[in-house]
Amino acid sequence: MRYNDGNCIIVDDFFLALVWDLLKGNVLNSYLETVDNNWFKQRLAKVMLCILSAFVVVTIRLVGLQIIGGAEFRKLSENNSIRLQMIAPSRGSISDRKGKLLVDNRPSFDLSIILKHAEPVEHVVKQLSQYLSLPETDLLSKIKSHKGISPFKPVPLKEDIGRDLLGLIEVHKFDLQGIVVNVKARRQYMYKYGAAHLIGYLGEINLDELKSQKYQDIRSRDLVGKFGVEKKYDHHLRGKRGGRQVEVDVNGQVVRILKQIDAEPGHNIYLTIDHELQIKTESLLANVVGSVVAMDPRTGKILALASSPSFDQNAFGNGLSQEIWHSLVSNPFRPMENKAIQGQYPPASTYKIVTAIAGIEEGIIDTKAKLYCPGFYKFGDRVFRDWKETGHGWVNVETALTESCDVFFYQVGEKLGVDRLAKYAKAFGLGSLSGLNLDREAKGLVPTAAWKKRRTGIKWQRGETLSVAIGQGYNLVTPLQMGVLISMVANGGTRYQPSILKAIESVDGKIIAQHEPKILGRLSIRKHTLSIIRKALWKVVNTKQGTAWIARLKDIDISGKTGTAQVFSRKKTEKQHKEKDIPTRLKSHAWFVAYAPSDQPKIAIAVLVEHGEYGSSTASPIAREMIKTYLLKKESGEPSKAQLSKNEKVTLTRDRTGAEEICSTDGWYNILIGGC
Amino acid sequence: MFDRRLVQYFDWGLLGTVFLLGSLGLVVLYSAVRAGPFSPHEILFSKQLIWFGAGLMVMVASFLFNYKRLDQWTYLIYGVCIVLLICVLLFGKQFGGSRRWLTIGWISIQPSEFVKIAVIICLARHYSGLINSKGLTLRQLFIPLILTAIPFVLILKQPDLGTAMLIVLIVGSMTIFAKIERRSFIYILISGAVFTPLVWFLLKGYQKQRLLTFFNPDQDPLGTGYHIIQSKIAIGSGMIFGKGFFKGTQNALSFLPEQHTDFIFSVLAEEWGFVGSVIIFLVFLMLIVCSLNIAYGCRDPFGTMISVGITIMISWQVFINIGMVMGLMPIVGVTLPFISYGGSSIITMMASIGILMNIAMRRFMFE
Repeated sequence: MRYNDGNCIIVDDFFLALVWDLLKGNVLNSYLETVDNNWFKQRLAKVMLCILSAFVVVTIRLVGLQIIGGAEFRKLSENNSIRLQMIAPSRGSISDRKGKLLVDNRPSFDLSIILKHAEPVEHVVKQLSQYLSLPETDLLSKIKSHKGISPFKPVPLKEDIGRDLLGLIEVHKFDLQGIVVNVKARRQYMYKYGAAHLIGYLGEINLDELKSQKYQDIRSRDLVGKFGVEKKYDHHLRGKRGGRQVEVDVNGQVVRILKQIDAEPGHNIYLTIDHELQIKTESLLANVVGSVVAMDPRTGKILALASSPSFDQNAFGNGLSQEIWHSLVSNPFRPMENKAIQGQYPPASTYKIVTAIAGIEEGIIDTKAKLYCPGFYKFGDRVFRDWKETGHGWVNVETALTESCDVFFYQVGEKLGVDRLAKYAKAFGLGSLSGLNLDREAKGLVPTAAWKKRRTGIKWQRGETLSVAIGQGYNLVTPLQMGVLISMVANGGTRYQPSILKAIESVDGKIIAQHEPKILGRLSIRKHTLSIIRKALWKVVNTKQGTAWIARLKDIDISGKTGTAQVFSRKKTEKQHKEKDIPTRLKSHAWFVAYAPSDQPKIAIAVLVEHGEYGSSTASPIAREMIKTYLLKKESGEPSKAQLSKNEKVTLTRDRTGAEEICSTDGWYNILIGGC
Repeated sequence: MFDRRLVQYFDWGLLGTVFLLGSLGLVVLYSAVRAGPFSPHEILFSKQLIWFGAGLMVMVASFLFNYKRLDQWTYLIYGVCIVLLICVLLFGKQFGGSRRWLTIGWISIQPSEFVKIAVIICLARHYSGLINSKGLTLRQLFIPLILTAIPFVLILKQPDLGTAMLIVLIVGSMTIFAKIERRSFIYILISGAVFTPLVWFLLKGYQKQRLLTFFNPDQDPLGTGYHIIQSKIAIGSGMIFGKGFFKGTQNALSFLPEQHTDFIFSVLAEEWGFVGSVIIFLVFLMLIVCSLNIAYGCRDPFGTMISVGITIMISWQVFINIGMVMGLMPIVGVTLPFISYGGSSIITMMASIGILMNIAMRRFMFE
């Protein structure tokens, strides 16, 4: 067989030859003279045969769909009868350690309109505006704003209509073609302002979050945890979206369910906090700016964590109004900041615990040696003052801590040097993240000579060590870090990772995760050293010379240490008599760290009151009241006033099946239609 | 030394078929992106036009040089593609849970498309020296195995199960075309039968789930299962003559997923019906016959193997794509050549056509 030049002829030749051979039944016969080419031609013919048969299969399928099934499919397509409806999962609840419910969901009924089914639209809207007593123009403008949306997709009209309106709409259902009520579970925080910083709030997912791997199942406009526990454990709380394929009639009513996948409800979370103590703590902080951390020194579990002022979590999540947001952000007392973990303050005299331990361990001081305190200390040409102008006289380390003598610790610090001091501070976990892993926790700062050189380029001045030794200067700590520090003193030197999670439980009661105390480090110091410190801290509260005599309790021994962190260094001349004239913003921060009972501590507390002036007078009574609440469990009168106004809880049976169940009892479905 | 025969042997039929297919594709794409009350993809039509323009240039570039030189460039081409695939994993743009695109300036490319040609050329080069009537032995299949495994694993990591499997299908078909020795073939079958359950056993729970969904979309009624139903409704409702251009409701009301890429055939079948679908089938058949004919006319094993490989690639993509939108095959991200939107896909296809033309033009130049 010879070949012409024209390509088409070749095509025809090849094709004809193939068909001819097929007819003759000898496809495998060769065409060309050369063996090698023959071989290729044979195989090429087989390839052509395979491809032809594939085309036949596809064409048969096409006949089946378009010609045999065509009429049926045409009918289905006319109403777009097959739709996808999403079933939102119900978010897990959050409870305290004893199972007291702190956060739950309640049903909210959202009204929308499906334009395709609401014909004529004007008529339906008119009817609706009468029932809802909403101006017609409002509704129409909402519809207009969704111009271009598929007529099968619901246009939201009004969110969270009450049960009364829902009843009305149900009664007039037949007048209101195309009006749909979607049931959505809405987050409900049981106690207004309660543990707001710890629990956090929800918000609409943003673009960055959508892109990240963490939120794969989530779609735009979904709510996710934005802060606190709601954010940290979002993947547990969230649950898994379900959905179903349904067939609907011309009016959009479900005729039958084709396939369904149930939503998986999120896991329930049990926090380590003690609700009673938390509420008490918040009421104690009600009129001040500051924060409190209370932990169990034996495990690192956080018993209470409060930051003041607080915010109303229920205001978030449903689109927070611009006004509220602005007022929260511009508030000078920073309500949106969790001061317990994000606030950084000089530790002041509470830091003397570290200096004392370092001094004894490094052999700078022994337990009996006394130093004289005349009320000031001369270093070079500078004079470092003691808070007590008249001085403390001869003091040993125990008295120095009890009375918080500055001069004693200036001298200890001077001999120690900043780097040796830093080593002990770091052993207490200062200057590093606590491991709580919540909302941009601050690290604090433990200054060293190398740090200063790196940071400022200037050499460390020995005089600066003196300030550092009494917790001023460059030192910065968070209340949580001080809580860990005092816990370590209380439990004999073990650094537990602070934790807020007691357990995560699935709805059917299976435990997904549980708190295990995690030890991050141990203080390698002599037992004797620690016992001296503990004795001194006991004296701080339980002797008249102690700085926190005011915080003592009759039935329980409390140990603690006060601190007064200067925000602004005052000149010697303008002292005591001018006290009242100092503006609040320049007043010192008040610290108190404590644990109780002194011999077998069950609770460790760090209190910080911003501009609270003296640790003894403002901070220590807060700790005292908390210890009373926690250890004595006495009903201390009214829980509190404005701070704790309980929301009436809407009773809602939390079914295991989650949102789906809530929905179907009312006969409505959360509908989301169309190609996604 | 320009040879007059280069023009004489130019395959005008192939060029005409490609133009016909491309124009039909643009018409369908226009409806897919423009019909409907709101068209977020409107701009894609103009983009596709630009890609076709670029594709034409790539096509011309692919037939200007003598294809036999590809023999020396094989591993360079292959190496560049592999590097691109690694880049995708390192700096690729994440979209919908997988990393398939590389963004350079304002262009996004999908290197897994180009890899297909690279693998075809590699295999053609390898097999052209080995082909004999007895068939290839296991040892001779070792290099092709490695050449396939590297891009396969890299693409699987994106993860893009569909394209990874497509590569295996292309390689498998080419190898079978080149003929495997009977005994070796039996070994391969046996080891396949042994290892498949073993691999299954090693997979993690969610991976098994993904594979099961892949082969049985009914397991995912809210995702692919739903898409298949809507696609079947779209195709079926087209009936014999279709609903007409721009009249496809499934298309316009966005009941079809990805109607401009993977599901473009559904748009065509809904709007042009059985008649339109069969016409497209025939044009594809014409294209395939043209390219097989080039393989047929070529007297050089290397050229024959390349054209066979390209034919196989186009055919598999056509059948997988059409099969999946009709519910015959798993839903995978395989585009319909020349019709689906997608720059990398168009460029790859046009380059393939260019190479085919190259082989056709130079078929007189055998030793």
